[in-house]
Amino acid sequence: MLAWLVLAPLIGSVINGLLFASGFWKKLIGGDDRTERRIVSFVGCGVILISAILTSILFFRLFSLDPIQRQIFEELFVWISSGDFSVKIEFLFDSLSCVMALVVTWISLIIHVFSIGYMHEDRSYSRYFAYLNIFVFFMLILILGNSFPLMFVGWEGVGLASYLLIGFWYEDKEKASAGRKAFVVNRIGDFGFILGIFLIFFIFGSTNFQEVFGKASDPSFMNVVPGVVITIIALLLFVGAVGKSAQFPLYVWLPDAMAGPIPVSALIHAATMVTAGAYMIARCSVFYTQSHTAQIVVVSIAAFTALLAATIAITQNDIKKVLAYSTISQLGYMFMALGVGAYAAGMFHLVTHAFFKALLFLGSGSVIHALGGEQDIRNMGGLRKFIPLTSFTFLIGTLAITGIPFLSGFFSKDEILGSLYESGYVIHWIVALMTVCLTALYMIRLYIVTFEGRTRVSNNVKSHIHESPLSMTIPLLILAVLSIFGGYIGVPDFMGKVIGIAHSNVFKDFIMPSVFVKETVTSVPHLFGHWSITVLSIISAFIGVLIAIYFYAIKPSIRESLIKVPIFSFLYSFSYRKWFVDEAFDTIFVRPFNALAVESGKFDLKRIDGAVNGISEVVVKAATLMRSAQSGLLRLYAAFMALGVLAILLYIIYSA
Amino acid sequence: MESIFHGDLTVITFFPLIGALIVVILSILFRDSEKPMKIGALIVTIIEFLISIPLYTNFNIETTEMQFGVQRDWIPSLGITYHLGIDGISLFLVLLTTFIIPITILSAWNAIKKGMREFLVLVLILETALVGTFTSLDMILFFIFWEAVLIPMYFIIGIWGTERRIYAAIKFFIYTAFGSALMLIAIFYLYYLHIDQFGTASMNVLDFYKINIPYTGILGPQGLTFIAFLLAFAIKVPMFPLHTWLPDAHVEAPTAGSVILAAILLKMGVYGFLRFLLPIFPEATLDLLPFLSIVAIIGIIYGAMVAFAQRDLKKLVAYSSVSHLGLVMLGIFVLNIQGLEGGLYLMVSHGISTGALFIIVGMVYERRHTKLIEEFGGLSKVMPLLAAFFMLTTLSSIGLPLLNGFIGEFLVLLGAFRFNYIYSILGATGLILGAIYMLWAYQRVMFGPVDKPENRVLIDINLREIMVLLPLAIMMILMGVYPKPFLSRMEPTVQELLVTKFNHGVTVSETIQRKNEKEE
Repeated sequence: MLAWLVLAPLIGSVINGLLFASGFWKKLIGGDDRTERRIVSFVGCGVILISAILTSILFFRLFSLDPIQRQIFEELFVWISSGDFSVKIEFLFDSLSCVMALVVTWISLIIHVFSIGYMHEDRSYSRYFAYLNIFVFFMLILILGNSFPLMFVGWEGVGLASYLLIGFWYEDKEKASAGRKAFVVNRIGDFGFILGIFLIFFIFGSTNFQEVFGKASDPSFMNVVPGVVITIIALLLFVGAVGKSAQFPLYVWLPDAMAGPIPVSALIHAATMVTAGAYMIARCSVFYTQSHTAQIVVVSIAAFTALLAATIAITQNDIKKVLAYSTISQLGYMFMALGVGAYAAGMFHLVTHAFFKALLFLGSGSVIHALGGEQDIRNMGGLRKFIPLTSFTFLIGTLAITGIPFLSGFFSKDEILGSLYESGYVIHWIVALMTVCLTALYMIRLYIVTFEGRTRVSNNVKSHIHESPLSMTIPLLILAVLSIFGGYIGVPDFMGKVIGIAHSNVFKDFIMPSVFVKETVTSVPHLFGHWSITVLSIISAFIGVLIAIYFYAIKPSIRESLIKVPIFSFLYSFSYRKWFVDEAFDTIFVRPFNALAVESGKFDLKRIDGAVNGISEVVVKAATLMRSAQSGLLRLYAAFMALGVLAILLYIIYSA
Repeated sequence: MESIFHGDLTVITFFPLIGALIVVILSILFRDSEKPMKIGALIVTIIEFLISIPLYTNFNIETTEMQFGVQRDWIPSLGITYHLGIDGISLFLVLLTTFIIPITILSAWNAIKKGMREFLVLVLILETALVGTFTSLDMILFFIFWEAVLIPMYFIIGIWGTERRIYAAIKFFIYTAFGSALMLIAIFYLYYLHIDQFGTASMNVLDFYKINIPYTGILGPQGLTFIAFLLAFAIKVPMFPLHTWLPDAHVEAPTAGSVILAAILLKMGVYGFLRFLLPIFPEATLDLLPFLSIVAIIGIIYGAMVAFAQRDLKKLVAYSSVSHLGLVMLGIFVLNIQGLEGGLYLMVSHGISTGALFIIVGMVYERRHTKLIEEFGGLSKVMPLLAAFFMLTTLSSIGLPLLNGFIGEFLVLLGAFRFNYIYSILGATGLILGAIYMLWAYQRVMFGPVDKPENRVLIDINLREIMVLLPLAIMMILMGVYPKPFLSRMEPTVQELLVTKFNHGVTVSETIQRKNEKEE
């Protein structure tokens, strides 16, 4: 069943790709475009539905098992075998992969359905679904693969799908370049990942999860392995995660990735693929839990990324770019949690984020669809009256991500902030609190500028604004419901106690058997109780909300005059230009690389090939020289002979 | 006759020569049409492929002996015999040859405008020479085939090439002939050494393995003979810095020539390393290993950098070969099972992927008569099917998992990591660089708007061209998803080489014994 769950999307992709996108269907059967599109949508969504249903069945089967036995395996065949190295195509369904698979398949289904409406006019409709399906296939391999190489297969595979979909409208050079950038930057991350795999094999003699994690959690084995090796493994894998999950400094591909169609941004670049790094760290919890150094690196990079991205998001005007930076920032939250060993909290935020970020992206898609392709929020405003449903669901998503109490984002964020504080990472906790405030600020700003106030839409466009079709609004409603109530699967225990439930964090209890945590938790003296931390994060969120409302709804004039103050204007342009990171990368890496390549090309032509041709010229010249000796003059020959004889004689005399 | 179905190396080696005769007869019978001889040549090469399949199916993985052996006296007084046989190293090179040649002929269907008969005859002679190179186990026989490869290739480049074809053909010929001249001297030296040590004259390769060549440093007898062999093979691979004949040969050669060159000819060099250098000169190999590994790594990075700078698509693919072959060589020099097997696997994969790349470039060239990247742009829109094949091939070339390239790269780098992790780190940069130059090239050719009017009217690939690319595409996926049938046949030979010559691991018979014990 596990195999079919993975293979179903591949089958869909093969059908849509080989039969429809290639044009064979048209050649063989003909028929009009509408029926063809119907079959394509049916196949594309149907296979995902099959996967989603199978995942759910397996989930129930898993849930019925005893918590410590919650593992379902399925082995297909030996993939690579060479000497003592062997890796099988084998899938593992445990609580961790179950959570991921549920999120991936069901969110994918919602987004596939949304795509029917969103992409209905596209010329390459079947190619789009073929790509989207193959993405789900690779994502499922990534999640369910039971060894590092198999995870790597999915890892690179989703990168490929991402590349193809970002550059889906390849006739636009910038979009094609964005796709390529995503692939290459991810390859840099994969470089770390693959070296990590080699080191794991070198140390543990296997790449299979059970064998590696079994040995890594066995104290008698770990006593022999130097601690620094575990740190290096953890950090190499983290390089991969940094690439895939868009953390500093490899996040630069994600904002550009917004060149792809919106459903792609929602599915791949917000809800699922970019969270693969978080999944990987949770999966490899045994390395991180045992390496304090690695943990500090992960938390610090994550905190920095969260803050950096949030500060950039405040000033962006492209609705998708704001959401992209928001995603980077939220991924930072997940990594902060994972870095302190709060794996359940990190995974929980992954789930709730998938709900509300997918909602926000699809909502922005609905907006862009309604406005006929407009993405600049300066040309929006007041859209609430025109597209009320989109506007309402977008508001829900905004409130959920902001961390407004009792929506999904509130619970997961609270868990993360609590765990940061409790593990003693106070500075990181303060950074996270600031980020909460900034998150509220940029999200409310985005909402107000887009949906509230007077409309800035040109009259020309205004007459065409329409609410999106049902295939698009129903997904929005479903995601809105999930964004509101999705958090209740993981209500922190201390909150649950208030209403008399001892174990309210069902999610945590479900996840914990799959991750490795230290038995002895060093408890930091509580300056404040749990509640005070919660209250602090609510306060900082509200500060952000209030600032946004004040500056963007109540008194926009003050904002405009404030920006003229030099220090603010500097900060503004620094944020608006994204901390000049792209420019810095360009100067430090891209240009020198290009120059080096050009120089190498010249070197090859002039020096190496030049040397080869030089040698051949020398031979020719020497031959010409020799030829002149063959003059045909007998006297000269005789003279040479005499000289030769003399030389030999001298040699014999002196050597004897 | 029955032996054909069991794999008969003599028949497989010389059948293409008979095919050449058939082509000549067909050209006489049908004077005014090229079609019969083209179809004839195609059928001959397909039959050749079919009769080579039993080598695969009947290959015994429980032995490390030479298989399908044939040995007859030839010049008994000199110990020269007619001796053929294959093992896990040569098996897939023979199969690669018989697989690629029919594809090449089909790809050249309309590209060869003049002298079709001569072209076909030369390709068929070339096939015999190539198969013979990989199957012969007698030094002299090997050398004859090895040299015989040069002649048809020289004419293919020199006659059907583009503007600077004569320069490229002569460069190719002299460069590689220079290498083999030194090798011949070394062969004679070893021959006399064998007579000294064993009292019998023998040119049997397997006897050469037994010779004890005194090793007294790189300028001693073993060192110098090693260098003579090394030059011959390193030029052929080609290893940095002996590679500059390759881009010229590729750029000027007709598509069919480039395909055979990249897919098979380069592998003769790698094959030489595995068949002769490592087993005959283990001490010298070990001594020079750091040097050779570093040269291989330079090749990986340097080849990729130079590839990135190219404006000519064919040259770019040529330099990508330098980079990939660097990785193959690295795998061989790390002297462990994953490295060697990975290197072998990558070599076969490279034959398929790069062969496909040259075919694709050729298809574009036939339509546009240019190979300059800047002349293209947006071809995906006008040639969607070609775009799909090109994408698959590009991905295979940059080592995407589940495609053929990945398996070899992964194993080579894994093996390198166990040998020296720095080699692995440096080699793995090839993964990043490969993605950079290949995707950049793909983008400039296939993506973007169709801004050149000449490109708007291009016609997508036809059925024949699909049939050329399809077998390659299938192999890319098959070898990526299920490499076991290939790896399991390579493993015993590779393992035996490592154990007997480099004291590395356990012998195959021991492994089998252990496996049987476990099963009992």
